[in-house]
Amino acid sequence: MELFNQIFVDPFVTMYELPDLLLQTLWEGFVSGTLYSLIALGFVLIFKASSVFNFAQGIMVVFAALTLVGLHELGVPAYLALLLTLGVMYLLAFSVERLVLRHMVNQPDIILFMTTIGLTFILIGAGELVFGGEPKAMITEELGLPTGSSDWDVFGGIVIFQHIDIAAAVIAFLLILGLAIFFNKTRIGRALRAVADDHQAALSVGISLNQIWVIVWFAAGIVALATGIMWAAKSDVSFALQVVALKALPVLVLGGFTSIPGAIVGGLIIGFSEKLFDLYWGVPILGGGTESWFAFIVALLFLLYRPEGLFGEKHIERI
Amino acid sequence: MFYREAGQFKTSYAADSAKFPIRQDLVAIWIYLAIGFLVIPVFGDKYFIEVIMIPFLVLALAAIGLNILVGYTGQISLGTGGFMGVGAYSCYKMATYFPDMNIIVLILLSGFFAAIVGVIFGLPSLRIKGFYLVVTTLAAQFFLEWAFIRIPWLYNYNDTGAINEITRESFGYIITGAQSDYTVKYLVVLSIVVGMTWIASNLISGRIGRSWMMIRDMDIAAELMGVRPLYAKLSAFAVSSFYCGVAGSMMVFFWQGSAEVEIFDYNRSFQILFMVILGGLGSLLGSFLGAAIIFILPIIIRAAPDYGIPIQAATADHISLIIIGVLIVVFLILEPLGLARLWGIIKQKLRVWPFPY
Repeated sequence: MELFNQIFVDPFVTMYELPDLLLQTLWEGFVSGTLYSLIALGFVLIFKASSVFNFAQGIMVVFAALTLVGLHELGVPAYLALLLTLGVMYLLAFSVERLVLRHMVNQPDIILFMTTIGLTFILIGAGELVFGGEPKAMITEELGLPTGSSDWDVFGGIVIFQHIDIAAAVIAFLLILGLAIFFNKTRIGRALRAVADDHQAALSVGISLNQIWVIVWFAAGIVALATGIMWAAKSDVSFALQVVALKALPVLVLGGFTSIPGAIVGGLIIGFSEKLFDLYWGVPILGGGTESWFAFIVALLFLLYRPEGLFGEKHIERI
Repeated sequence: MFYREAGQFKTSYAADSAKFPIRQDLVAIWIYLAIGFLVIPVFGDKYFIEVIMIPFLVLALAAIGLNILVGYTGQISLGTGGFMGVGAYSCYKMATYFPDMNIIVLILLSGFFAAIVGVIFGLPSLRIKGFYLVVTTLAAQFFLEWAFIRIPWLYNYNDTGAINEITRESFGYIITGAQSDYTVKYLVVLSIVVGMTWIASNLISGRIGRSWMMIRDMDIAAELMGVRPLYAKLSAFAVSSFYCGVAGSMMVFFWQGSAEVEIFDYNRSFQILFMVILGGLGSLLGSFLGAAIIFILPIIIRAAPDYGIPIQAATADHISLIIIGVLIVVFLILEPLGLARLWGIIKQKLRVWPFPY
């Protein structure tokens, strides 16, 4: 009976009694949800265009942020460092296509997936070798991003909004808007959608697959850089972030691997639910720290119910 | 020249389906076993046996376990570290409750707990596959890691939050704990690994192993031909987790002595997966080769300053990460079946030498 109360009564009583705490938690859930969405977005971009499940996306986030900070530490001005990092991400996209993907056409998807795990380790090793393994602080102020926070008095309590979080949400929104326009209104965007639809048909009308792959990996690199900046502004730049980046996987499962709206909705669901669960159920009943696995368990249960995700296409299998 | 099967006739069905149909292979296996059981314990020094041989054997056993799942059944898993942890913690609990029972029996029993947990987290594999399964096995990994930290009962409410060292005797020898002799530990580990490898090879060439491979090659076709996916997939999860669990408890009691949760984190899962990929998907020999490369390569690179190459320890670790990553990518491009396949090619060349084919 006590457990019943703990599960079904107490959390809601707390929510009712401390609405400011609830609002604060929802806001935090929203912010981390946006970041999960952004990482998942990078996955979806690459998966749509090349059906490669890019495990390295999470590392690309850290790698981009680390390159940016590392270049700045070497004395490069912040905005120039940003441009140079974009250059590095392009170089990465180019060499991945040239050295890896080009040789792996027609391989089973699972082999390609394992290749990206290998890529993950190359990026970790290279990043730490060049820029050192210790955590670094993000150059938030130099990039002109807002710092500080504002309080909002509501329900007799205070809700704190970090300005960087607001900026993160705005930038994420702009990025998704930009990608949507790019996909729907430009020539390259049309080519990308054609490739996503059918590789062979796209090839037959003269679209260069290799070029498309470079563009897609570069786009994912840009998304990774934006995510990396936002994320590192909240904590530090270090490869410990890769564990958090793995949370993009349950987000993908919820949203479906090929759906951009799915990535966004999935990210927000995971963001909200894991924060709420940890505060109201995890800490009182399970002793806290549930954020490390909650998203994965949600994805697992969801998969049992709907294996293709919220927005994914249903697969019909044939022999 | 020496590796030629001319004159070796097979006169019975049993001889034709023997594990090592070529006599030279059979002789080679006996030589390896003799080296393992006689030469190394007599001539190997403490460093070689404790730092290289025992970890190598333990990791190879875990790699065999994962290979059964990934290489033979085609169900990719990133939860190996968690399943190894289940074995280790259940063995520790049993050793506390039954202090008089033989530790070797407990280690083998601990595999069953890992198998149960493996089956539970393998249940989703009936509905999903491929990348989706990666997510559910990661769920197992992160959930189990959390449980090892947050449930103090599992580590007997120690202040350290870790598995403490325990000392146990069996057959008159102290085989775990600080006072144990390294050769005794080595021989126990080697016997378990050799025995379980032998069992695995029989499982794989038997009915159950063939049903795993049918599921791997095409699950729908296998189902139409009468393989029940429920039994095939869950038995693969159970056997695989059993092997990982035994490897996990051996890792704690024979290699590390005491254990923090960190040795069962997701990096361990990746390490074992790399062994399987590099060594060869669907090959027992490959599991050993992969374990050797992935485990020994960083040790060699870290020893580079001893040979006059001035690099720092941290740099050496980064370099070995890069090398392992590059090896993975190169192998997947050039030889997706790994070192075991390379070895097969060499054997084929030797058989027809000096002719090209």
